[in-house]
This record gives sequence, structure tokens and C-alpha cells, in this order.
Amino acid sequence: MNIVVCVKQVPDTWAERTLRPDDSRLDRASVDGVINELDEYAIEEGLRLAEAHGGEVTILSMGPDKASESIRKALSMGAAKAVHLIDDGLAGSDALATSLAIAQVLGRTGFDLVILGSESTDARMGVLAAMLAERLGVPQLSLASQVDVDGTAISIRRQADYGYDTVEATLPAVVSVVEKINEPRYPSFKGIMAAKKKPVETLSLADAGIDPGQVGLGSAATEVVSFAKRPPRQAGTIVKDEGDGGVKAAEFLAAQKFI
Amino acid sequence: MAEILVLAEHSGETVKKVTCELLTIARGFGEPAAVWVGPGAEAGRERLAEFGAVKVYVADGDDLDDYVVAPKAEVLAALMAAKSPAAVLVAATPEGKEIAGRLAVKTGSGVITDAVGLAPGADGPVAEQSIFGGAIIVQSRVTTGTPIVAVRPNSAPAEPAPAAAELEQFAVEVSDAAKTAHITERVVQERGERPELTEAAIVVSGGRGVGGAENFALIEKLADSVGAAVGASRAATDAGWYPHQFQVGQTGKTVSPQLYLAVGISGAIQHRAGMQTSKTIMVINKDPEAPIFELADFGVVGDLFTVAPQLTEEIEKRAGS
Repeated sequence: MNIVVCVKQVPDTWAERTLRPDDSRLDRASVDGVINELDEYAIEEGLRLAEAHGGEVTILSMGPDKASESIRKALSMGAAKAVHLIDDGLAGSDALATSLAIAQVLGRTGFDLVILGSESTDARMGVLAAMLAERLGVPQLSLASQVDVDGTAISIRRQADYGYDTVEATLPAVVSVVEKINEPRYPSFKGIMAAKKKPVETLSLADAGIDPGQVGLGSAATEVVSFAKRPPRQAGTIVKDEGDGGVKAAEFLAAQKFI
Repeated sequence: MAEILVLAEHSGETVKKVTCELLTIARGFGEPAAVWVGPGAEAGRERLAEFGAVKVYVADGDDLDDYVVAPKAEVLAALMAAKSPAAVLVAATPEGKEIAGRLAVKTGSGVITDAVGLAPGADGPVAEQSIFGGAIIVQSRVTTGTPIVAVRPNSAPAEPAPAAAELEQFAVEVSDAAKTAHITERVVQERGERPELTEAAIVVSGGRGVGGAENFALIEKLADSVGAAVGASRAATDAGWYPHQFQVGQTGKTVSPQLYLAVGISGAIQHRAGMQTSKTIMVINKDPEAPIFELADFGVVGDLFTVAPQLTEEIEKRAGS
């Protein structure tokens, strides 16, 4: 089975993240990059499926030079090889452009299964799996908390507010996974050493056959009008419980007309 | 006035609160027209009328609901082509955002997700988003195509403004391509009578301090005393104390209720990212240094095992009197 896992390098959630004043884009230079946490679950699921059904996992990442750190981490977990779409012309791409570029690369690599994390921790849109399925014309099996493959049949549990849906389809397909699905492995020392020798193919827009006019900030279908730091919340009232903490809390709720 | 399409969220015949909120928002810059996919529109019509839907486009096919999101995106794309609306609004639920994403690809239109506000602007509606765990507020707009905006539940109060809600059948032949991810079973897990987490006006969440699955009964009792939904921090769901679908935070649900009550939650950025836009925040935690207190409008430094039951009892007493 040819499994492609999409991986995004994101700023560390623990760092203070800001937008650049000149172009309202994420200031990526000022913060450490890490692999998008939810993508680790996607990698783990890909590795487990490859181990159970044969085949290999290819990592696909779009991003600047620094994204190679996340690609190495993914390879050290056990993926066989990687494709890195890297081009200055991609900077500032919105979700539409990102899905277009990734779909184009997936057309080159081919796939039985594309696996993504359900969202990235920076943009948090949660639309890429749906957009890729739309562009590629394959089943959308998103928000999976369980994935079962049997030959070319695939079935997932799709997380819902009320519980879950069982969704069935035929490969090839696009899957996105939620955090509940598995426990991602830590790279072993052997894995880290092996990752250094694994092939990473770098592609420019031209290599991938992507029209530069359709990606990047210039093509974005949305624009930031303005942004500002959230004003700090007004300091609240903090009381120490002296046997009547619950009563005081109730008084606050009553004063605010919640009860 | 230009039409604004609002995709109605409904379970069976019951219109969800977020749809009434979206209709209210849509009235601010156009004429709201609800889009009803699936059966039940006649019964749902009354509530849509109450909140200002001038029209209700009904796409009622047997199998529209049996496939993952793609048929709904096709219905909306066909309506956009036929009616040329000024904007399309959906609820920023995981499914709503996926529909918005597919619709954006189909129509080449820009999409904004997780708006917490939407106001008219000279060049089309301007959406407000709260990003990076609530640290930054961004105003943005769609510059290409028809604005598609996914708006978070509880972004605006639903205000009645009666309108005709005239039903108009809109037949769409859903393509085979949209019928490839087949929903064969819907499994409803126990939630009792509580409101849905992302829709609820009040959310009571428990965290590491709750200390075990059995102690979540305390959180549930407090939630039930105020008609709240129950949430949990990642520490609590990772420990298996509460089901994962109730996780509030960066890797779970994002909520912005009128009142958020954080019980035994320290307030790591991971959690704050999912609840920072709540209107009022109350905290119960024994550690006065817990970062969650920075967000608190009202906080009690104390043992949740005495404070929470006392609060529940006091609320019930007041409700009874």
C-alpha cells in the first residue's frame, strides 16, 4: 500500500506567536518550529497500516527550509522517504492554494491512502482533508478515531458530537485522524540514525508543475484587514475558600444573572 | 437586498441554536435565506421564520445525509450558481468547516473559518477571528469569489425578527462522486440530556485536579444544576477519565460559551486555546499560581471537592426558592 502522510511544520504552541506588521503573516522566524502535533498521529497510523498490510509511508511536506526538521522527525519514526515541496513562491498560500499544490504533488507520487492530522495547531482551519478529497475526487474519510483496511475496502469511525459515524469507502482515499486514534511512537536511536540516509526529494513549483500564479500570497482569496493583540482581560475577583467558596461563587453567578 | 445563504444545522426537525445565531448575523448585511438539506423542513420552518429567514431552500433527497459532507457542498454550490448570494454562512463545527472547504474549492471562493464575529464592510463582510490561543484578534475578508464564512457557535446572541420563511424546493441531483464515503451507521454515545458542548451557553469543565473518572460525577452534577455541557481538559481525557469527544482545547473542541467554569484545570496554553473566547470565566482551583486564574472573572482558590458541591447545592437551593 502506498501511503502518503502530509506533515506541516508549525510554530511551537508554547512560544508566543505573532503576526508580522508588514504583511500580516505569521512571524515564523521568531519562534521554534515543531512538527504539527496532530500529524504525529497521522504518521503513526500510516506506519501501523503499512506494517499490517505491507507497503511504505511517504512523508509529504510543503514549507520553507526549516520544514526539513519535521520531515526528518517523521522519517526517524519510520517513514521510508519524503517529498518536500519548497519554493519562495508558495509563501503566503491560503488553504485553497495549499490544497491545490498538495493535490498536484499527490498526483505525481500516486497514493492508495493520504493521511493528515485533523488540523494544524497554527491555522486550525481543519479544511485540508476535505479540500484534498474534493480536488482529487476520492472519498473523504475525515476525523477518524479508528481506521480499518481490508484489501481495497476501508472503514473508519468518524468522530461526531453525538458519538461517531461508521463510514465505508473504497481506496484510494483521504483520511484525517483525531488525537484519540493512537499513541505515536518515539523515534528510536536507530530510527534517528537511519533517517539521515533516507531519500528526501525536493520539488520546486516548476518541478511539480504548479502554476505560480495560483499559489502564494498574491493568489490568496482572503486578506487580513487588520489585527491586534487581545487586550488583557480585566483582572477578576479571586477569593480564597474559607468554607464559603461555593456560596461566593453562586453569588457571583447570581449577580451575573446566570442563575 | 442581496441574499445571504445560511446552511441550517438541524438534528431531524429541530433547528440548532447556532443557525438562529447565523440568521441574526446575516440580517446585519443582507436578506437571510436558510438552506435545509434533508427531510423535516416543514417542521423546522417555524423557528427559521422566527429568526428572520425570508426563504428556506429545501434540498430533500433520501440519500443526502448518508454520505460525508460532499452532498451538502454540492447543494450549496448549485444554490450559489442559481441565486448568486452575497455570502454563504455555515456553523464552524468540524463538519461545517469541511463543507465550507469543499464549497470553496468547487466555486473558487475564499473561505474564512472560526469567525467569532461578522460585520458589514465596504468590500463585503469583515470577519473577526481569534487566533494563536486567543492572543491575537484578526479582522479579515474574502477577496475572491463569494465569501464563505464558518462562524463559531455563540458568536452572537440569536435575536428573533419574524420573516416569511417561504419554502422553496431546490432539487439537486447529487453526483456519484459525492457519494463515495458512505455513512453506514450512526452511533450515539451516552450524553444524557445535556446540551452539545460547542453550542452550550454554559460549559463546566474538569481537569487534572478532578483526580479520577468516578469524580467526574461532581462536574456533571454542577453542570446539570445550571443546564451546562460538560467538558474536560486534555489531561483528563488522556487519563481516560472522560470521553475524548468532550475535550476542550487545541487538539479538541473550541468553545465560546457565555459562561465557562474551569474546575481543577491549571490552564495550559493547550487548554486556553479552546476556551479563551468565553464571555465570562469562572475558576475553581486549589493552586493560586495556576495560570487559569489570569483569565478568571471570578476565581475561588480552594479544594474543588468542597467548593464544587457547595456551589451545586447553593445553585439548587436558589433555583428551588
